[in-house]
Amino acid sequence: MAERRRIRSFEWSTAIIAAISIGAALVVYLRDGTEKFLAILGNDLGLFAAMLPKMAAGCLISAFVTRLLPREVVARLVGAESGMLGLIIATVMGAALPGGPLTIYPVAAAFLLLGADLGTAIAFITAWNLLGYNRALIWELPFFGPDFVFWRIVVAIPLPIVGGLLARGAVRLVVARWGDIKWH
Amino acid sequence: MALTLFINILLWGLVAALMLAAAVRSQALCREGAWEGARDFVVLIPRVLIGVVGSGYIAAVMPQQLVTTWIGPQSGLLGISIATLAGAITPGGAVVGFAIGAAALKGGAGAPQVIAFSTAWSLYALQRLINWEIHMMPPRVVWLRAAVSVPLPFLAGIGAMLIGKP
Repeated sequence: MAERRRIRSFEWSTAIIAAISIGAALVVYLRDGTEKFLAILGNDLGLFAAMLPKMAAGCLISAFVTRLLPREVVARLVGAESGMLGLIIATVMGAALPGGPLTIYPVAAAFLLLGADLGTAIAFITAWNLLGYNRALIWELPFFGPDFVFWRIVVAIPLPIVGGLLARGAVRLVVARWGDIKWH
Repeated sequence: MALTLFINILLWGLVAALMLAAAVRSQALCREGAWEGARDFVVLIPRVLIGVVGSGYIAAVMPQQLVTTWIGPQSGLLGISIATLAGAITPGGAVVGFAIGAAALKGGAGAPQVIAFSTAWSLYALQRLINWEIHMMPPRVVWLRAAVSVPLPFLAGIGAMLIGKP
């Protein structure tokens, strides 16, 4: 379903980065001259322009997946699984489900209510943090370029599973030490 | 170049398929999706532009010697640890995290160190944790997630170091 306006039009942190950037640009201009100033601008604008079509595709894919893959379906799919398969499905779904924190955390909370274990919920959030195509296409690509982003994601692929397994281990340790505590 | 073209075709093929799937369900769904996607894109352009161009200038004024010494390609595990810590405490929204990471990379930091930074920042982003996660998830689950996430930026950085890419 259509939900929340994900992207606010103004953000303080962006304004601060803008202020620092203008200061830095001024220093470059005064210290290194016009040529260096323009060289940096040209270089960065080139990468940005090359990534624009991918960013546009990323925005559209997110908007459609949000509508076609209701979060209730995701919650049911992941909530029903356990074991290693549960972790893998949680990882895939965390990477596939677009949207901001307002979308992701309620879904993860819903798994827990549906009976998924903590490891599964944590694998899901970790996958959203590290493997989400949404963020990779829209944000990371114009900043870092495709080569860097590709390898950044390759090394991150196992991490949601590792996080999920660690969480399961930690839960077992806590239970062994303090008995069955209430997590949620 | 060929790879970039291939990725573009793949992505836009996916857009077309999703649009078709939406249109089959209802025209309104398809229109809404296209409208929201387009609007998000337009709103994002100036922000990403500020960050991308800004990171180039920030990199140019950063003390390169210092950056290379602490988190350069030769800084190894110590560099990965510093970058992880820096990533975990970096506040702010997406523009901040990515602008700092990109500036560091352009200013002499090593790729595995920047990967560790960006992984730690993605996992912790303090503002997101405090503003959202702690209110929407059971607190004990949030602390558990924070605890088991500690090794992950190190694993990402070491992984990048071992495969020698990017």
